[in-house]
Amino acid sequence: MAAFKLQINGRSYQADVEPDTPLLWVLRDHLGLVGTKYGCGIAQCGACTVHLNGKATRSCVLPVSAIGAAKVTTIEGLSANGDHPVQLAWEAVDVPQCGYCQAGQIMTAAALLKQKPKPTAGEIDAAMVGNLCRCGTYHRIREAVKIASTKTK
Amino acid sequence: MSTLPDSSRRNFLKLAATAGGGLLLGFNWTSAGATTPTVVSEAAFAAGNTDFNSYLSIAPDGIVTIFSPNPEIGQGIKTAFPMIVAEELDVDWKRVKVVQAVLDKQKYERQLTGGSGAIPHSWKRLRQAGATARQMLVEAAAKRWNVPAAECTTDKGTVTHAATGRKLGYGELAPEAARLPVPAEVKLKDIKDFRLIGSSVKNVDNRNIVTGKPLFGLDFYREGMLFAMVQRPPAFGMKFKSVDATAAKAMAGIVDVVTFKNNVAVVGKSTWQVKKAREALKVEYEKEGNLESTPDHDQLFANLLNSAEATVRRKDGDVAAAFATAAKVVKGEYQCPFLSHSPLEPMNFFAHVRPDGVELVGPTQTPELARTETAKLLGISPDTITLELTRMGGGFGRRLKADYVLEAVEVSNLVKAPVKVIWTREDDMTGGSYRPAVRYRFEAALDAGGNMVGYKLRGVGINAGNPTRENNFPSGAVDHLLIDSVEHQSPITTGPWRAPITNFLAFAEQSFLDEVAQAAGKDPVQFRLDLLDKAKQAPVGELKYDVDRTRKVIEMVAEKSGWGKKKGIFQGFSVYFSHASYVAQVGEVLMVKGKPVLKKIYAVADCGVVVNQSGARQQVMGGIVDGVGHAMYGNLTFRDGAAEQTNFDTYRLIRINEIPEIDLHFVDNGIDPTGLGEPALPPTGAAVANAIFKATGKRLRNQPFSEQEVYKGVM
Ligand code: FES
Ligand code: FES
Repeated sequence: MAAFKLQINGRSYQADVEPDTPLLWVLRDHLGLVGTKYGCGIAQCGACTVHLNGKATRSCVLPVSAIGAAKVTTIEGLSANGDHPVQLAWEAVDVPQCGYCQAGQIMTAAALLKQKPKPTAGEIDAAMVGNLCRCGTYHRIREAVKIASTKTK
Repeated sequence: MSTLPDSSRRNFLKLAATAGGGLLLGFNWTSAGATTPTVVSEAAFAAGNTDFNSYLSIAPDGIVTIFSPNPEIGQGIKTAFPMIVAEELDVDWKRVKVVQAVLDKQKYERQLTGGSGAIPHSWKRLRQAGATARQMLVEAAAKRWNVPAAECTTDKGTVTHAATGRKLGYGELAPEAARLPVPAEVKLKDIKDFRLIGSSVKNVDNRNIVTGKPLFGLDFYREGMLFAMVQRPPAFGMKFKSVDATAAKAMAGIVDVVTFKNNVAVVGKSTWQVKKAREALKVEYEKEGNLESTPDHDQLFANLLNSAEATVRRKDGDVAAAFATAAKVVKGEYQCPFLSHSPLEPMNFFAHVRPDGVELVGPTQTPELARTETAKLLGISPDTITLELTRMGGGFGRRLKADYVLEAVEVSNLVKAPVKVIWTREDDMTGGSYRPAVRYRFEAALDAGGNMVGYKLRGVGINAGNPTRENNFPSGAVDHLLIDSVEHQSPITTGPWRAPITNFLAFAEQSFLDEVAQAAGKDPVQFRLDLLDKAKQAPVGELKYDVDRTRKVIEMVAEKSGWGKKKGIFQGFSVYFSHASYVAQVGEVLMVKGKPVLKKIYAVADCGVVVNQSGARQQVMGGIVDGVGHAMYGNLTFRDGAAEQTNFDTYRLIRINEIPEIDLHFVDNGIDPTGLGEPALPPTGAAVANAIFKATGKRLRNQPFSEQEVYKGVM
């Protein structure tokens, strides 16, 4: 066990865990941030996506010891009032079916729009291809990313 | 409209805020218990002493709270149920709150999500509940104003008496309404007057979902709760022999290692710690049954197709004679593999077995089953077991079983502590209860005019029960027909998978009918319509489907898709009736660099009244995406009793860049709503396969398509 200082959603946290513990489980089991989901544990589904220094990152394969001083953003910290353009677009389009994959989808989409505020349809698919939605909400995901991109400066 | 995560009775009362003198109405959306809604006292409600499973309250501030008890799995029930009540109540949707009910001592008959049954089951009762409350409010207003109730109208949570220009909100009237007798009979709205039903209402949990609030079973945490992972036998046909847990027990955070049945559970303080410790277990297993492999199954199917021991499912006319005198005989065989359900949230459940009772929390499609099986396992009364439902991260039929609930109960009982059992993705994919693998052989006898006068279907499956739907189309439209089946019993566990049986039967049957139409020299759409004419005019035996509704979806999809009129685009047709709904589809394929690419699917669905447009559209589109994905890529194979695919790196699910465009229409016929979560999936595989046939001349006989010859080397 070792103590890790983490910068998450603009706050600092401390977690007393083994160094190989994936960030995903530190968030969920130790810090009570359960918005980040477990789907596969091997970077295949994207349910666990967070931002690491603004980049979409699969937290299920990121050992806590590898984070260092990097800034982590989770779905809980994406916006102060849940009003990030991507979150609003997700509601407007009524994207969620079961909802389980959606935090990861939103985090991936938000990272894409930060990098590329006006992505083409092909760029949206390429960015979102790592996020599985077992309920098949892909059409709405595409639409919501497009809507969010018109609201992103 | 807002949603509240809390779900206990006490909290419902607090939220419903009837303490200031509102109206609390109990009702049943199932056939158990009292049939008419009744005013319930708060005391009776809090004690659980009522005959009702649902409640509707109107607080003095006019807020309407609906206590909705159906498990939410993504089928939109939590939104659709209160919509139906609110429609008849004539209330502003923005002033409605929805609370998920706990499974307690009440009669929660049919509190389960499966078989697309929730809405059809409760349609009338939900409407009655809303209409009853509305009528009581109207009568309260009429009494106060001293005018005839018939002169009062309602709109958006208010009662108006136009002649005298008076108007009161429901909240103000609720205390008086609560003292009135409940009307024995209420008038339901004319479907034409629906305002909320048929509109697009957003999922009531959206806000919580997009902001990452705890909603799902896996999100349930409690102070002092332990985590457990279970090591199950590595293959179907193996059983537990012994375990050396010394190394695992010595690891950080591990509290205990316990065994039950064929399982070893590692219990500890965090998910990651129990996962690592489980890897350190040394477990020995021994063989107890056949260790089956996929190539064995292929051989087995070939044998079963010729078995003399089939169970006859339906027999009409004289099949032998029809085939003996046929002008032409067409034969086709189709096969589908095992599939994993793979809901994105893996199996998990929380249990706390205490001396005085059991507390269960988690995602299940069958809370009542979970409760009765727990009672049986522990030898206690179900009355001492409470079950709180969480939102479910998908289910697709997997959560109809209670195996993972019982694991949590076993472990909690052994370690005497509150425990959450968590399955990894690998556990989920290798742990069983699959869509069974099946093979079908079809034979059709055509007369000189190309009419199908004889039809034979044999279905052979592995733990598939009856893999046919003997009374579905084309039964009833063919004079001489024989449908039978043979089952192989295997240690590999199977269970219902979204649209059970029809999810692969429809592909096989609708592909075969395409073959027959071609052999008969007829257009595939016209071929079906001719058969329906026959079923209408001279039906043979029992018919489970409605001929006119089937015809309607076929004609509509043909029109919407421009069937047979497009150049350079290859179209494939399919239609299926399942879960009381009718769906027809046309798939469109383009040839790109010599390979068929699925571009678009036209779909027309008849599921009666569409309650929530937004939810319904997503159900159907999601069903089509699911149908395309599994037909194209889904494949779970076995070697020596063990699943060969263990996670999404080898078990391929459809991704965003692989979906076709979907053009969807609903039939508007005002018929009571029927199933929606499942019926869009079955016809999809054949719509795609038949389009690929048109494009390439190659018949896809096996799923997944991506592993068939047309795609060799490109998928
Ligand atoms: S859980 Fe991390 S990608 Fe699936
Ligand atoms: S909404 Fe269910 S997995 Fe995406």
